Amino acid sequence: MATPLVVSEVAKSFTMHLRDGVRLPVVANVSFSVKAGECVVLGGPSGVGKSSILKMLYGNYGVDEGQILMEHDGRLVNLATAEPRTVLEVRRTTLGYVSQFLRVVPRVSALDIVAEPLQARGVAVAEARDRAAELLAKLNLPTELWSLPPATFSGGEQQRVNIARGFITDHRILLLDEPTASLDAKNRAVVVEMIAKKKAEGTALIGIFHDEEVRDAVADRIIDVSEFSPRKQAA
Amino acid sequence: MSAVPLLKVNDVSKFYGSRIGCRNVSFELYPGEVLAIVGESGSGKTTLLSCLSTRLMPTSGIVEYHMRDGQYRDLARMGEAERRFLMRTDWGFVHQNPADGLRMTVSAGANVGERLMAVGDRHYGNIRATAKDWLTRVEIDEDRIDDQPRAFSGGMRQRLQIARNLVTSPRLVFMDEPTGGLDVSVQARLLDLVRGLVHDLGLAAIIVTHDLAVARLLSHRMMVMKDGAVIEQGLTDRVLDDPREPYTQLLVSSILQV
Repeated sequence: MATPLVVSEVAKSFTMHLRDGVRLPVVANVSFSVKAGECVVLGGPSGVGKSSILKMLYGNYGVDEGQILMEHDGRLVNLATAEPRTVLEVRRTTLGYVSQFLRVVPRVSALDIVAEPLQARGVAVAEARDRAAELLAKLNLPTELWSLPPATFSGGEQQRVNIARGFITDHRILLLDEPTASLDAKNRAVVVEMIAKKKAEGTALIGIFHDEEVRDAVADRIIDVSEFSPRKQAA
Repeated sequence: MSAVPLLKVNDVSKFYGSRIGCRNVSFELYPGEVLAIVGESGSGKTTLLSCLSTRLMPTSGIVEYHMRDGQYRDLARMGEAERRFLMRTDWGFVHQNPADGLRMTVSAGANVGERLMAVGDRHYGNIRATAKDWLTRVEIDEDRIDDQPRAFSGGMRQRLQIARNLVTSPRLVFMDEPTGGLDVSVQARLLDLVRGLVHDLGLAAIIVTHDLAVARLLSHRMMVMKDGAVIEQGLTDRVLDDPREPYTQLLVSSILQV
């Protein structure tokens, strides 16, 4: 099986046009790869560019230089230059993402938010909802919340909806942006177990975890993102 | 996902005398794709939408549409009758003001049924049943089928306009500020409805809006216009999360947080 994700010499900076065109270098020369069944953790202090790397991998941030290669549908896609519709296709079938915060859509229930990625892949509504219910139960989200839109949920409840949504499919690559930040110990343990299961199934995982206990439990390898700091490389 | 574009737009410009409406716009739209065109008033969004939907003739450039028979047709070279037929069947156009897209003095049922008759449906019972079904889908009580849209609220009128447009299973829908004049609570309901319908029917849509939240919720791709030109385009969340052009950065940073 080919390596699911290869990142090669990626660089990113922001140009703040509203601040007289100030240029903020974020990362440079980012190179790493993630194997199937491996969980790679991006480490380093806040502000070093960990989230920016995840956002580039998902296509939310543009990439100035370099390549992000993913094996998608039997071919190699460079996400750094792919057309929007290719990025969307990759997200639907190959690349999953658990963001830090849930983007809620008015009137859509928690259960349907979780079921949606499966439905987008053609799974029947009833079956997708069953799978969603299974995951929400596993994450100890009270049943009475399932039919409600998560706008009024607590941070930890929203995060569990987000995790369930990210874990419901069998995407080969999964990005995790602090998925356990607002969870209690019991639910953190559930997430650790879910990550272990993904690894066993051959999913390539890349995550940011500030919680050391969780990080030690899931990480096969920690990449120190400060190595990619443009300031350090210039020095 | 289909491999051929539904709409091919090549270097379209529109001048009003010496004034620029829109200039040098090129893009392709694929089946099932939702494209948002954003920008402030006067940036050329509506002019572009009119050029694409044949409501205006571009000064230069070509717009080609992939017909159901598999052929691409240059819209400017199409006969008037053929173009009208296309607009009534394979396309939809949702106006900001529902009164522009509805016939206000005929019943809700007839507003929906009229487009069905345009595609050759003649059976009264079938037309009425389909109209009822569509009223329900846009969350209008079916016992309002004989009422005129004049008697409807703004939000209901907009939902009726959407039903009228979607009843013929169009492949491409143009929307000009579809949530423009509505209260926020009514907006949310309409947005959710449109989102669901676009997804379920696999529609391609081009939505003109100045509301970036609407663009975020509904669209896959986004084009930002300024002074008649497309200054930035890409995946919707890329443009909104990592805007590159000065004007896009200004737009994104001007959104009020609640």
